[in-house]
Amino acid sequence: MTDRYTRTAVTLHWIIALLIFTAFPLGVYMHDLPLSPDKLRLYSWHKWTGVTIFLLALLRVSWRSTHRPPPLLASMPQWEKFAAHAVHYLLYVLILAIPLSGWLMSSAKGVQTVWFGVLPLPDLVSKNKELGDSLKAVHESLNFLMFGLVIAHVGAALKHQFIDHDETLAQMLPFLGNKS
Amino acid sequence: MIRLLAVPLLFVASLAAGAEFSTLLPQQSSITFVSKQMNVPVEGSFRKFTAQISVDPAKPETGKASIEIDLASIDTGNTDADEEVAGKAWFDTKNNPAASFTSESINNIGKGQYQVSGKLTIKGKTLDTRAPFTLKQAGGVLLIEGTFPLKRLDFNIGSGIWGDTSVVADEVQIRFGLAVAAKK
Repeated sequence: MTDRYTRTAVTLHWIIALLIFTAFPLGVYMHDLPLSPDKLRLYSWHKWTGVTIFLLALLRVSWRSTHRPPPLLASMPQWEKFAAHAVHYLLYVLILAIPLSGWLMSSAKGVQTVWFGVLPLPDLVSKNKELGDSLKAVHESLNFLMFGLVIAHVGAALKHQFIDHDETLAQMLPFLGNKS
Repeated sequence: MIRLLAVPLLFVASLAAGAEFSTLLPQQSSITFVSKQMNVPVEGSFRKFTAQISVDPAKPETGKASIEIDLASIDTGNTDADEEVAGKAWFDTKNNPAASFTSESINNIGKGQYQVSGKLTIKGKTLDTRAPFTLKQAGGVLLIEGTFPLKRLDFNIGSGIWGDTSVVADEVQIRFGLAVAAKK
């Protein structure tokens, strides 16, 4: 019997993944658009998705801190284990840091973030053009970093599944079943 | 003791006697607005405006004001938006560089509040407009402050695709704080 992530961790993992795969391309697409009502709509949806990711990431990280994930397979070489831990750790940091940087950027640019147009998030910084531009750069850089890490993360999962033929992906995708 | 009191008393007396305030202090004055975008309040301002004002705080009802706002001096907080609102769909500043307000009457509406009624002209359209305001006096400066709602579509501000009020609300709150010094 493969040791797996808890059902809660699995659910949060895939919901957050789905939301990131929505918010990221939306962010890349929307920022170059000429100003229009659609652009303002997309910005709002992007922010709402980001706030949702942030809240789910808080849940995920607090769940992770109280529920040990399954150990990496003993068959993995040491460098792979190190790389896996490093990427996981960074991704946990980024799913919190990226929405946070977006939220702060929005405040610094003078636009409060109002979740689903209903729940206003406090402005933790006040309007400031220079700060807004810096936070934009931070938000973008963190996203590029995440982009690279997600490619490594997905690539590694596929390698375990299709080249190593081990149970790594099944730990996070229960329907793959038990291979051993 | 009597002497110490005499100076401020004389000062107050001179104000009560009908000092007229008419010199706008642009540095201490502001015209700002709050629009709602996707239900998010966003503040902006107009950097340039002129005003001819004459108000006697002892008889505000006799006051008069006419204000002209340079619409191209708008600061929405976003360069793209500044360019957008100068365009035809919004203020069309090329053909309508200024908005103006001319007072017609001022009434006391109680609780230290007054209401000015007058004509507001934006983008070639003139509408009767009313705004409540208060008067505060400090250090020889009279501060006239108020807020009133304006329906942007009444003046065709933001027409076409921008007419969708679920993105940019029709109602915009206009705030004015005009600092006026005594006539010299």
